[in-house]
Amino acid sequence: MDLGAELRAELVKAVATVIDRHADELTSLDQAIGDGDHGINMKRGFEAVLADVANLSAKPWPDFLKGVGTMLVMKVGGASGPLYGTLFMALGKDLPAEPGRADLVRAFRGAVTAVQARGKSERGQKTMLDVLIPTAEALEAGTADAAAVARAAHAAADATIPVKALRGRASFLGDRSIGHMDPGARSSALMIEAIASVLEKA
Amino acid sequence: MESVGVVIVSHSPKVAEGAADMVRQMVGEEVPLAWTGGNPSGGLGTDVGQIMSAIDRAWSNAGVVVLVDLGGAETNSEMAIEMLPEERRGRVLICNAPVVEGAVVAATEAAGGSSVDLVRQTAEEYSAR
Repeated sequence: MDLGAELRAELVKAVATVIDRHADELTSLDQAIGDGDHGINMKRGFEAVLADVANLSAKPWPDFLKGVGTMLVMKVGGASGPLYGTLFMALGKDLPAEPGRADLVRAFRGAVTAVQARGKSERGQKTMLDVLIPTAEALEAGTADAAAVARAAHAAADATIPVKALRGRASFLGDRSIGHMDPGARSSALMIEAIASVLEKA
Repeated sequence: MESVGVVIVSHSPKVAEGAADMVRQMVGEEVPLAWTGGNPSGGLGTDVGQIMSAIDRAWSNAGVVVLVDLGGAETNSEMAIEMLPEERRGRVLICNAPVVEGAVVAATEAAGGSSVDLVRQTAEEYSAR
């Protein structure tokens, strides 16, 4: 097994663990302003990825990421499936077989743009983009320390609390969506924290 | 000339099946029709693989229109269309129309032999009234 495969397996386990640990929290955030299935949907998706981790992580980075994305698309069942699926699939499309930091920063921005197109959404609408876009910016600004990346992502998720939702199910609530953290922003921040902490050690 | 096919996608299998029943009763059997609802665990939601399979069941060389209910149904249907074989992809259109009314109007238009673009347009115009 090459080092890449070990790292890929570790990333899958870290993300699946954090999603599993926070599934109830994500569900209750979604119960407040959505349809209450975000935690369970994400858990189902990453359990499927985890079940196939040996096979997926043996593939080179582009195929690994495409495989993870496809599995999320097929298993999640809510809008977050195609959205997170697109994020991983776009990363896989753009990253070379042996990516360096500069490749990752560039590919992450491209993947965030792909999510934006998939969700027909933009920053400030109380969605996962409110975390993904600031994270892309932090990476582009040279933030390298995992704790700093995680802090920026969580601060961005917190910043969705006073925002009125303009996209997704929460937008049906209008002003009543104010005062709640966006569940997709929260799951994005959790995943970013888990991924950054694994990559920093690599 | 084959009729355009109609696919109904709802978070709820009961809603999707019920809408399909209405189409069958009001329009009859000549239009290829398929429905899907529910997430991969059988709860409320939608399933990209099932949407792809519904498009396949309702396939017509004239194209297929897809009626969707809320947010994730649309996002998952767009994803399903992109994952279709290339020669089919461009012939499947999502209608921006209410799922029940849109499905009946689309199927009525399709039964008259209209193109996929016209079927979608008619379903969408109905909902804009």
